[in-house]
Amino acid sequence: MKVYLDNSATTAMAPEVIEAMLPYFSDEMGNAQSVHSFGQRAKSAIEKARRQVAALINASPTEVVFVSGGTEADNLAIRGIADAHRDRGHHIITTRIEHPAVLRTCEALEANGFRVTYLPVSRNGLVDPDGLRRAITAETILITVMLANNETGTIQPVEEIARVVSEARSSGLAYLNLHTDAVQAVAKTPIDVKTIGVDLLSISAHKFHGPKGIGALYVRKGTRIAKLLHGGHHERDRRAGTENVPAIVGFGKAAEMARAQLDERMARMRDLRDYLERQVNSLVSNVAVNGDQERRVPNISNMSFVGVDGESLLIALDLKGIAVSTGSACASGSLEPSHVLQAMGLAREEVRGSLRFSLGAYTTREEIDYALSNLVETITRLRAMAPADELETAHSI
Amino acid sequence: MYSPQVAEHIANPRNAGELDRPSGIGDVTNEVCLDRIRLTIRIEDQKLVEAKVKASGCPPTIAAASVLTELIIGRSIQELSLLTRKDVIDALGHLPPAKSHCAVLAIDALRSAIGGPR
Repeated sequence: MKVYLDNSATTAMAPEVIEAMLPYFSDEMGNAQSVHSFGQRAKSAIEKARRQVAALINASPTEVVFVSGGTEADNLAIRGIADAHRDRGHHIITTRIEHPAVLRTCEALEANGFRVTYLPVSRNGLVDPDGLRRAITAETILITVMLANNETGTIQPVEEIARVVSEARSSGLAYLNLHTDAVQAVAKTPIDVKTIGVDLLSISAHKFHGPKGIGALYVRKGTRIAKLLHGGHHERDRRAGTENVPAIVGFGKAAEMARAQLDERMARMRDLRDYLERQVNSLVSNVAVNGDQERRVPNISNMSFVGVDGESLLIALDLKGIAVSTGSACASGSLEPSHVLQAMGLAREEVRGSLRFSLGAYTTREEIDYALSNLVETITRLRAMAPADELETAHSI
Repeated sequence: MYSPQVAEHIANPRNAGELDRPSGIGDVTNEVCLDRIRLTIRIEDQKLVEAKVKASGCPPTIAAASVLTELIIGRSIQELSLLTRKDVIDALGHLPPAKSHCAVLAIDALRSAIGGPR
């Protein structure tokens, strides 16, 4: 049996998505910039997809910029604001638990004269909006805080942060912008950009049964960003390059399905995730669920199995056809643990024994049961293999 | 990333456990990553006749501990002293270069065990 519980890494495309894409690889191969009918049909397919994606987050279609994925969306948001507003200030605020697409982009800007504040998080992985308020200076042009964390699923208080930003703007910081990386949140929780109050929001299609290599940046009307890619006037002059029509069409279909099925998918994934955690808790000792248990997306469970190495568990489960992921890896004799769990202040043993299970819209109860029985068997075996005093020692850390 | 041999040893560790009243114990920990191998051996007539191992840590550490027992059982003390990390790595097919320290840990456990009980 093959059980894929790594849907936060990527998902299988929905059959309907593949079907919607197929004509655009062959008969409908037009370049959307072309004036002839082939081009115009491609153009109209892109605009339909733009409306579908916009509807998923309650944006206007003109506020949706198609890009190559979550990483480009984050880069465009952060670099785009930094470049457009560098005459207004050189300070950016973010958190220690962001995705590398945000962290590395901020670091690149630091090498370019920007100052970046990396906010800490609480033990359950949440950013404190008051701490963020105190970090704002007259020089701050961008705040970027992820909506749902990719390792723990914890949902950040972005709405509250938006209120802080709005207050700061009223008190004179007219050039302050708010970006959120919503790659793990879209299709896992209802998102209304107007309610959340962000200026920029990153989306990736392949995290919710759409194709890889396509994503979008929501850019609120009136938000000024510089472009990363120069060339033609595609995407209302915000992103040059011939549009990836099949991927955009697939993205649109995936967004339409996610919107129509959101409540049903969320309930289903939450039930299965909670079942997994309940069973693990009753069958395995020395286990902890990481991250805030209330404020989180319904498809992620990050658990620490004390006394076991996450990667060893991963390999053993992989042999049984079960795919999960771990944030920590040891290389060259040094443990390079998950920056997220570290920022949350977890003990070394908890970080080391951490595993992420992430469900998709198509995960079944049978798959969870298969994963559970193998997980219990594997943990038992690996713990039995460990020196006798290991668990005890680990537990006392 | 890992060889099929590494994965196979994770699934079926050889000679897992601990000997009663062993002639030697090698209990070594990598203080940086906390990986640990505890090897117990029985030596009779200058020959290693029995070995059991316990290990915790990343996959190559557990695999190295497991394969080590296959490499040492039945060998003379003289032969054991010639065993190197390369023998452990070869027996596992290969290890990513950043993980060769796991094979070192296994050899350290062996050296420590041959040195006598602690």
